[in-house]
Amino acid sequence: MDFKLTEREELLRKTMREFAEKEIPPQMEAMEETGEFPITLLRKMGDMGILGVITPPEYGGTGMGNLARILILEEMGRICPAIPMALQVHHMATHALNAFGNEEQKKRYLPPLAKGETMGVVAVTDPSGGSDVAGIKTSAKVDGESYVLNGRKCFITNAHFADYWIVIARTGEGGRGLSAFIVEKNFPGAKLGRKENKVGLRGANTGELVFQDCIVPKSNLMGREGEGMNIAIQNIVETGRPGMASVALGILNAVLEQAVKFASERTLYGKPISTLQAIQWHIADIYADLEIARLLVYRVGWMRDRNIRCDTESALAKQFACEAAARSARKAIEIHGSYGIMKEYPVQRLLRDALVTIPAGGTGEIAKLVMARQALSLFKS
Amino acid sequence: MSFMRIIVCLKPVPDPRYWNRLGLDPKTKTLTRDGIPNIINPLDKKALEAALQLRERDGGEVITISMAPPNTTPVLREALSMGADWSILLSDAAFAGSDALATSYILSTAVKELVPYHLILCGDQSIDGATSMVSSQIAEFLDIPNLMHVSAIETQKAGVFRVRSQIEHGYFWAEIKPPMVLSVVKEINEPRYITLMNILQGEKKEIQVWSSKDLSLTEPWVGLRGSPSRMADLLIPTMRRKGEILQGEPSEMARTLADRLHRWGYC
Repeated sequence: MDFKLTEREELLRKTMREFAEKEIPPQMEAMEETGEFPITLLRKMGDMGILGVITPPEYGGTGMGNLARILILEEMGRICPAIPMALQVHHMATHALNAFGNEEQKKRYLPPLAKGETMGVVAVTDPSGGSDVAGIKTSAKVDGESYVLNGRKCFITNAHFADYWIVIARTGEGGRGLSAFIVEKNFPGAKLGRKENKVGLRGANTGELVFQDCIVPKSNLMGREGEGMNIAIQNIVETGRPGMASVALGILNAVLEQAVKFASERTLYGKPISTLQAIQWHIADIYADLEIARLLVYRVGWMRDRNIRCDTESALAKQFACEAAARSARKAIEIHGSYGIMKEYPVQRLLRDALVTIPAGGTGEIAKLVMARQALSLFKS
Repeated sequence: MSFMRIIVCLKPVPDPRYWNRLGLDPKTKTLTRDGIPNIINPLDKKALEAALQLRERDGGEVITISMAPPNTTPVLREALSMGADWSILLSDAAFAGSDALATSYILSTAVKELVPYHLILCGDQSIDGATSMVSSQIAEFLDIPNLMHVSAIETQKAGVFRVRSQIEHGYFWAEIKPPMVLSVVKEINEPRYITLMNILQGEKKEIQVWSSKDLSLTEPWVGLRGSPSRMADLLIPTMRRKGEILQGEPSEMARTLADRLHRWGYC
């Protein structure tokens, strides 16, 4: 078992850290205030090859893989978790297109997404809820050479910044009656709904997509009719959950750094509070959460890069890392005392960011269901 | 100039993020750096960036050259990912313990194997040893011009380089015909980011490992035994602050302060 990153991965982490530390901080204040993703940064990230990390070279990406993607998201998240939130959903769109799109669709949509000329979204959640995928009501009905979509998708990351939307809609009855469509934002009847005002990950835009007799050419059906559920689930398992787990991993890095910095600088009773056992226990807990989360999340990347099925591992990594990020951010606030709830100190933002990761990309409860099913089947006597 | 070969001297140095783990061995009077990752010396990275910009403008070839242990190849790979064409690692147990003179001698001997060369670029100093001697000594061994504190390099049609060198309170421009050795200061540029595409390209490039057998070393200045300089003693400086409260009218105090700052060279 080799836990060492390769020379390539080490260099990738190093260069991503340099990029993130220099390019992201100047944008963060505006991101927090406006809730808007910095488009100028998108172009730069496109030039860096970040947006096409899991897109094959023949479609304009680098095809560096899933562990590479995790390292990128972690390093970005260490500085500002809203950035990898937007990136990870974008990657979900590139994954869906690459895994399920036909050659024509890949050639048309993947290169601009991989180069950062635009962003992508995957829109699964209806207002009725995201966990009950089979209960999706947004409909797609055949009309001549087109499908006509009606309905609404909510809590969609990148909604207001993306040109291409991967939309799951109902073409028949039950779980097998769902299909996936590539919708361009300027298709007739494709509209933007409200922009959400979130407590955390504010720089990652979240909003609604509205379909009012939206005309989608039949050629934009992704995969076969009825494959929508499979596409949505596989996309979430293989890209969405590891992505959210990586965002949480970035938060955990930042939380530990902030906690150690404050504990080393703040003096009480004439010495740094880092010398107090009560504080050291908090630091040890945060450190353990970071290290465990990292092992779990990297394992998913490693498995994905070897095409090993990882449904349970992906759910475990997501559930653990997101809960750990929130738990650790709270401990970091406790270390800070009253400073921790002041806006000048980043730990309060990190807690707000961590809270948003918990329902995003599949709730913790659904992830636990996946884990429980696995455990119950494996250990049944 | 039809073809320009630029050689960049790169020194792997301990990553400053881990400097709290550096130690001083009182016996050997050297740094103990076990387990600390290396980075490209920051000013050498700027020298490489300058070389890449010149190549992008005028064509040619950029070769990096480093004298370091074999485990420093990740640093060379980073340089190749930035855009260098190929790298030479001078690695031999016989080179261990070389001081600035021996290092310069070994580097210059390697450069002689790369004729025709036009520009040799270094950083003004390293963040670990900080002797600032290597570029001048390489130039001396090669018997070619040297200019330090370089903050801009321009090419002219007649094959003459116009080079800006920083001096106290200003700079001067020099016109120099190649070959030459230049060492750069931090103001010269901001090194580029390495993209994902660059990382993949860098993996395909060659790192040649040269030992003492590959060089025509005719002088004895090699390794610890061939190094004339000896570390006499090691002292850790103590930092103390001295405060002084100026007296008098505000205008008088301001004048005194301004005079002092001027005298100390701050304004």
